[in-house]
Amino acid sequence: MKLYCLSGHPTLPCNVLKFKSTTIMLDCGLDTTSVLHDGHNTGGWWHLHLGEWACELKECAGRVFVDSQPEFCLPEKELLDLSTIDVILISNYHCMMALPYITEHTGFTGTVYATEPTLQIGRLLMEELVNFMERVPKAQSATCWKYKEIQRLLPGPLKDAVEVSTWKRCYSMQDVNSALSKVQLVGYSQKVELFGAVQVTPLSSGYSLGSSNWIIQSHYEKVSYVSGSSLLTTHPQPMDQSSLKNSDVLILTGLTQMPTANPDGMLGDFCSNLAMTIRAGGNVLVPCYSSGVIYDLLECLYQFIENANLGSTPFYFISPVANSSLEFSQIFAEWLCHNKQSKVYLPEPPFPHAELIQTNKLKHYPSIHGDFSSEFRQPCVVFTGHPSLRFGDVVHFMELWGKSSLNTIIFTEPDFSYLDALAPYQPLAMKCVYCPIDTRLNFHQVSKLLKEVQPLHVVCPEQYTQPPPAQSHRSDLMLELQPPPMPYRRCSVLGLPFRRRWERIQLLPEVGPVATHLSDISILLSLVHHSALQWGKKVFSQPPIVQVLPLKKMRGLRVTLLKPVHVQARLKFAREHLDDPEEDWENVIWSDETKI
Amino acid sequence: MAREVRCKTVEEPSLVALAKTHAATPSFKNKTASGSHLSNVHLCISSSCFLSGAGQDVGRSCILVSIGGKNIMLDCGMHMGFNDDRRFPDFSYITQQGRLTEFLDCVIISHFHLDHCGALPYMSEMVGYDGPIYMTHPTKAICPILLEDFRKITVDKKGETNFFTSQMIKDCMKKVVPLNLHQTVQVDDELEIKAYYAGHVLGAAMVQIKVGSESVVYTGDYNMTPDRHLGAAWIDKCRPDILISESTYATTIRDSKRCRERDFLKKVHETVERGGKVLIPVFALGRAQELCILLETFWERMNMKAPIYFSTGLTEKANHYYKLFITWTNQKIRKTFVQRNMFEFKHIKAFDRSYADNPGPMVVFATPGMLHAGQSLQIFKKWAGNEKNMIIMPGYCVQGTIGHKILNGQKKLEMENRQTLEVKLQVEYMSFSAHADAKGIMQLIRMAEPRNMLLVHGEAKKMEFLKDKIEQEFTINCFMPANGETTTVITNPSVPVDISLNLLKREMALGGPLPDPKKPRTMHGTLIMKDNSLRLVTPEQALKELGLNEHQLRFTCRVQLQDPHSDPDTLSRIYTHLKSVLKGYTIQHLPDGTVMVESIVIKVSSSAEEPNTKVLLLSWSYQDEDLGSFLSTLLKKGLPSGLSSM
Repeated sequence: MKLYCLSGHPTLPCNVLKFKSTTIMLDCGLDTTSVLHDGHNTGGWWHLHLGEWACELKECAGRVFVDSQPEFCLPEKELLDLSTIDVILISNYHCMMALPYITEHTGFTGTVYATEPTLQIGRLLMEELVNFMERVPKAQSATCWKYKEIQRLLPGPLKDAVEVSTWKRCYSMQDVNSALSKVQLVGYSQKVELFGAVQVTPLSSGYSLGSSNWIIQSHYEKVSYVSGSSLLTTHPQPMDQSSLKNSDVLILTGLTQMPTANPDGMLGDFCSNLAMTIRAGGNVLVPCYSSGVIYDLLECLYQFIENANLGSTPFYFISPVANSSLEFSQIFAEWLCHNKQSKVYLPEPPFPHAELIQTNKLKHYPSIHGDFSSEFRQPCVVFTGHPSLRFGDVVHFMELWGKSSLNTIIFTEPDFSYLDALAPYQPLAMKCVYCPIDTRLNFHQVSKLLKEVQPLHVVCPEQYTQPPPAQSHRSDLMLELQPPPMPYRRCSVLGLPFRRRWERIQLLPEVGPVATHLSDISILLSLVHHSALQWGKKVFSQPPIVQVLPLKKMRGLRVTLLKPVHVQARLKFAREHLDDPEEDWENVIWSDETKI
Repeated sequence: MAREVRCKTVEEPSLVALAKTHAATPSFKNKTASGSHLSNVHLCISSSCFLSGAGQDVGRSCILVSIGGKNIMLDCGMHMGFNDDRRFPDFSYITQQGRLTEFLDCVIISHFHLDHCGALPYMSEMVGYDGPIYMTHPTKAICPILLEDFRKITVDKKGETNFFTSQMIKDCMKKVVPLNLHQTVQVDDELEIKAYYAGHVLGAAMVQIKVGSESVVYTGDYNMTPDRHLGAAWIDKCRPDILISESTYATTIRDSKRCRERDFLKKVHETVERGGKVLIPVFALGRAQELCILLETFWERMNMKAPIYFSTGLTEKANHYYKLFITWTNQKIRKTFVQRNMFEFKHIKAFDRSYADNPGPMVVFATPGMLHAGQSLQIFKKWAGNEKNMIIMPGYCVQGTIGHKILNGQKKLEMENRQTLEVKLQVEYMSFSAHADAKGIMQLIRMAEPRNMLLVHGEAKKMEFLKDKIEQEFTINCFMPANGETTTVITNPSVPVDISLNLLKREMALGGPLPDPKKPRTMHGTLIMKDNSLRLVTPEQALKELGLNEHQLRFTCRVQLQDPHSDPDTLSRIYTHLKSVLKGYTIQHLPDGTVMVESIVIKVSSSAEEPNTKVLLLSWSYQDEDLGSFLSTLLKKGLPSGLSSM
């Protein structure tokens, strides 16, 4: 059993597990932090004079950017043949953004498994991304700077950018639709059989709508895949921990990116900064994804604005998928926490943003063009994407509000460093507040969890085995386990410590009772339904059936097999004597135990 | 010749126990009977001393299934046609006294119609049951409202006693565990259930119940054709031992849906055009929404002005449920709901009692659907005398209800207080109930591939027809038990065995890398039965584990031979002979005076008296029986002359 690690990003994993000759991809996260090096869509520029490839580069406030269409860092494609992948298991909608790169134009013929909210919201996020990209002014794709010898000469963070040769531009809507048509929907705790060899089961992970951890198991081996889980009470269904017990291997990814920030405290900071800015007559800009934490933010604000007397302040949510995201959040009652479920029974919408919309406090627009420009009032609060500040409507608000110190930008998404995000906009008069809200497991929670579920081995990204580089003294911000976790990095291939020793087969029912009286040695097994284990892959959904035929003692090799008549006779005998008390059996002479 | 046993299967006392639990006598007994691999699936329909139940009758579903030592109640419905004790199932069948908790492992409700869940509070609170009750989220949301509604009509309006209270409904709902589609719910270590989409109404589900390798699928009510707001039922090829299917429309093969809809719209349109009123009695949830969507689009298209009303406050709430549970509706509605929610109606307004006397045409949807009580009955009484009006019955009516009577063409109805009501208005029946028709039932059988079929929730005559058809087409057993009757089906449970991977790999290696899955193959192994588990391992491993010595089984055989040579010469003549006959075998002439063919040993001896009569000693192991017996016959024939002795 092997694990191929195609992504080094700890929260946007992409691993491939080979288990009993099925090839299972676990998530395909798209690392979008690469766009931070891109400066095409933003600010004013000074061209660098460094050579003929200089036109690809720009400088701003002492930092160099690439002048190109935004590009993303894909999972490694060379480590193994992607067309051999049988299934892809998706754990949450943030971890599926690379799906079109994997399923399209690679010869992929397998199936993708995801829950319904994951599919629907994942589709929205992809749609949004494609839409944003289409709006970015056309530019040449810069490639020269990617040559190793040139990249080596570049200053600053560009020099250290990794895997630049694999960076790709965004996919098209056509690719998205085609990729998502390969998704098969699953529900929590649904047992999905793969080729009769492996069973996979999604479990609630508590992180986002429809987010799941996965159990991959055969009759004797169990691998748990934990990705983006949360123990906090937010809107999704609570995490299912007990089903992770007794794993041979637990693959642990998607811990919090902000181990030192308490989400509740951050939410408090968020509200107070927001209120302060509004009261001073400024505007608040919240760059965020169009699904996920924004539901919690709106719910929090719903309670907050009454108390803080902000009832008249308009809230705007601007995204091509704003309406869909808000609507979709209301229809997944099955995937919500208990509180929200009981609201649906009343029947009331589970999220209070329905009321915010009804009372006109929250308005949503597909973009800043059209209705928004005429209806827009200041001071206001704007939620919009993309959180990297490199594309999407947020760019316009940065240009509009960046020059006034009355305004505030509040970062809530933990995926991007706010300093890097702001770099091309420097110098900036606007106030910046960093309130990253990451509800995923922290190191304290995860060590408690691991103590409870007791996996034999833990596999995790190498980042989790040492303290974060910025806080190297914090030894509590790493995983300390016995035996130590097996670390992986991009392009690692790990052999998982498994010893498979048993396999499950089925005896044909007719011989079942006969077998109970069977004492003789030689057992003829004929693999009626071979199906077995690895060889007959993709054909059978049931375990192999084996026929057991007892041989009579002392008869050499030519054996009469039991005929149905005998089977019936034995069955009849067995049935007749089933209720005989134990003592009666003492008086029975067993042919195999006695020699007469 | 000596033959001995090489190794031995261990028989542990647990084995006897295993065989003994297999006794599962066909009776519905206490669940403490431990589970076994070899039990019968045993199934009975709850009885009522008079008539009706879920058996050969539509109107009250309650089925008890006993499978692998587990007892499960499927649906707990009541009969709408009775006003006395007969409306609830007869739970005394399970136990004469006391609570049901210890006799039932779980209760599963397929959907929220009262003929499937109406007796639930009675069962759980008045008879007594504290175990889990499973139903889907929409069912859990809507069921208590319908129960409360029904309770109000019977207790508050009719003044009946001995009925459940509001508090009982609430307490009962606390015992409900919500069930998601396709989620495998582990009720206990052995019993698992899984829900499939059934169409029919919002939140309707089919359930698969599984214990070990035995399984039963119960369909509840289902619909195999998608309609305007719901999708079609779907199930995977789960090959249950029994498929329990409803058979409301066992003989009907309904004409195409479009025809029916056109017919319906035409009738409504005609009546409205001539100034008549149309009454459509419906259940608040289900068909009502389907017909509303139909009329709404028609009104929109034809630019009609006559008002459409929907009675009772429940309806608005009902539509809200549809909006929140939109994932349970069909593909089209789910796809477009962000742009336009199909359950927000423009033309359909809330009904007020006073509107019934308004002049001019109108269309009114009123509850309940069988005209047995409530608003639909009141409006019916008002409108029955006018032949311009029309009543359209879109669903099935249970015997004994007014709906049933007028459908049978009764023109004079006896009402309470000995009044008679003349029925002059037109009565139309249009089957819009989302039940599977005969074709649909066959389609489901094809999907699930059950080993046995059991029909319930239908009328005896119609079921008989369908039964014949199923038996003919699928050659499976088909049962149609009457109320109170028990059907027992003996299953063929398979016995799971753990096989050592070493053994499997070794056997596979012997037969080449890729054995043909279609061809049976023989393999050798030892079956160990220990601690209630069966394992198949290599003989060596079994011996080691059990601490037994391996005994060799050898066959020896003497062959007399006339050969006028010295012993060593004879031996080398034999060697040469065998060498020429057995090509491709390893044959060795060993210095200690033996010839080895593979592992078969051949020695030559002769007595001093008769030096020309050689006695050949052959010895081979049990594994080489084939070769050994071949050699002995060969040597018995003697050596050919002209062999050189090398």
